[in-house]
Amino acid sequence: MSIANAACSLALLGNPNCGKTALFNLLTGSRQKVANYPGVTVDRKEGQLTTPSGKQFRILDLPGAYSLNAVSIDEEITRDVVLGALADEQRPDLIVCVSDATNLKLNLRLVLEVKRLGLPMLLALNMTDLAAKRGIAIDVPALARELGMPVVSTVAVRRGGAGELISQLEAMAPDAAAQPVSWLPPDVADVTATQREVRRILAATVREPALDIRLDERIDRVILHPLWGMLILAGTLFLMFQAVFSWASLPMEWIKDGVAACGEFLMAQMPEGILRSLLVDGIIAGVGSVLVFLPQILILFLFILALEDSGYLPRAAFLLDRLMGTVGLSGRSFIPLLSSFACAIPGIMAARTISNWRDRLATIMIAPLMTCSARLPVYALIIGAFIPESTVAGVFNLQGLVLFVLYVAGILSAMAVAGVLKLTVGRGQQHPLMLELPSYRWPHARNLLLGLVERARIFIMRVGNIILALMVVLWFLSSFPAAPEGASGPAIYYSYAGMLGRALAVIFAPVGFNWEISIALVPGMAAREVAVGALGTVYALSATGDDVATQLAPMLAAGWSLPTAFSLLAWYVFSPQCLSTLAVVKRETNSWRYPLLMAGYLFALAYGAAFVTYRIALFLTGAGHA
Amino acid sequence: MNPQELITLFDLPLGQEGLVSSRPDAISGDAADRALALRLFEIGFLDGERVRVVARGHPGGDPVAVRVGNTMFALRKFEAEHVLVAPLGGKNP
Repeated sequence: MSIANAACSLALLGNPNCGKTALFNLLTGSRQKVANYPGVTVDRKEGQLTTPSGKQFRILDLPGAYSLNAVSIDEEITRDVVLGALADEQRPDLIVCVSDATNLKLNLRLVLEVKRLGLPMLLALNMTDLAAKRGIAIDVPALARELGMPVVSTVAVRRGGAGELISQLEAMAPDAAAQPVSWLPPDVADVTATQREVRRILAATVREPALDIRLDERIDRVILHPLWGMLILAGTLFLMFQAVFSWASLPMEWIKDGVAACGEFLMAQMPEGILRSLLVDGIIAGVGSVLVFLPQILILFLFILALEDSGYLPRAAFLLDRLMGTVGLSGRSFIPLLSSFACAIPGIMAARTISNWRDRLATIMIAPLMTCSARLPVYALIIGAFIPESTVAGVFNLQGLVLFVLYVAGILSAMAVAGVLKLTVGRGQQHPLMLELPSYRWPHARNLLLGLVERARIFIMRVGNIILALMVVLWFLSSFPAAPEGASGPAIYYSYAGMLGRALAVIFAPVGFNWEISIALVPGMAAREVAVGALGTVYALSATGDDVATQLAPMLAAGWSLPTAFSLLAWYVFSPQCLSTLAVVKRETNSWRYPLLMAGYLFALAYGAAFVTYRIALFLTGAGHA
Repeated sequence: MNPQELITLFDLPLGQEGLVSSRPDAISGDAADRALALRLFEIGFLDGERVRVVARGHPGGDPVAVRVGNTMFALRKFEAEHVLVAPLGGKNP
């Protein structure tokens, strides 16, 4: 904090899509930290800039806003920070308004609105390279005179593109004592007057040829086409899905192998005991189960960031808006839900791109119903053990068909839950989309990289430590107390997890789960696929890793009834037991209410589905099996 | 301008240009209407501004992608119905 007191604080403010974050990245490089604003889950991005003369600035990248008259949480934050009305947040000493030089007609209104507050500020005309290319001539000194503030040109995507801004910052000495004049929401007359002023200033300072939108229009004619656009979207999503599952599999193997090697090394080096068990089965296994998701998450976010940067993502939202709207979601819900097929955690994190709170909440609530990759090992085990590898209708593999049905069941129940939420939570409300479809641009490598680093850091710092802590707790529950002398059952049977599992077995008896399954569900709370390893432990297998499933399948086929197996599959469509997901929901909604609600509704659905499946299967198999 | 010629932005055919005209509910409507009207003003749907529907979503042509000034916005049906336009003759290719 020693720097914080000496440094001047500066806030970047501007419309969405004005290149503000790219400018922030250029000014601060990798010296950024991302946190939340207090009480809400809006990213608070702060970085540092040291000018060549040694002057220091703390730079805040405010959420994009069209107006101080806020209609979203993001815009409320921006308004409150600028007005100094946010608790625990110092009002910035200097406001740098960032405007897209190719679209001043839209951008300047906000500049005039902020100027009226009477705070020290300057205007950064961003994307001036693009403006020049389009033949837009801006008389910068005249603009500065008209606006009554310094105006500089910037090119945020070019190295050294902030030179003018930095020189201006060197020269300015903001008056820290300046206070904003009181702000009142504008009415129609105010807004009209401001817009008239914008047009007057533009007429006096900017010469702009008729905008050449032919390229954009030509691309849009295909991208937004009801048929071609949908096909391109489907192709893009298919590629993204393929990438997440196939490109990630090799690094995931490396991470698994690396973690296993670490574990084996410690096993060989350390004497047997509690400490070794904690390190190997608790901490190293925990770190491994965090890191193993990282390749999928990075690839997923690389796609999302590139699609967002290029201007495609809002268009995908446009294409899907009506379709998603039938169950009360918005087009923006689509990418988070798609991400949830890899893992609900990045999906729930990606829901931050939805600015409408109700839409975002609905998206978060149904994200765990998308069949995540952690369920696959469980599905694979049970399907392999119970479903014959026969062919149906000449072409379909029965095992594949069952897997497909499980995926579809997840999607259908997600739509049903979203529909119920629409009828209860947001009844009768129409909320605006008002989504800007910006000009197409090439994604910029440095911004993608910085974005990825930020996502990875958030995942490891905010989510990783939760998963790790859970793994250690569950290790403790599964290891203590130790099995008594001469015990015949597996050690886990006598542990706290075993006691919990045996108690749960009473609850789960009506759905056909035996005590072995009930115990395995307990460690499965850290991550769903851990249940496979836990079943291996319960059945006292000596094998580890992939061999567990191979050895386990025949034992399950012999030990479980068919209704029990079907019941467990139905349970896993909903599988409410993933505590990591619930912990992330707690973080992202900043409340206990929604994770509890989620756990409750998922449990009810899982139990109900398992019960119905079990009873129907019992009836069909003649009830004699159980 | 003859008020009979005004249609809502949602009804403006694909590709045709129109001129935005004031909506009475910007001042007289309820709070939600006024807030929406104000935001539409702020993002550029002002009296006399040229607009054009570039694409329509499906099914039902909802939402609409509208070019206003140098910007394109996607608006849902109820939002686009808040904007009145006077259609200009001739389609823009």
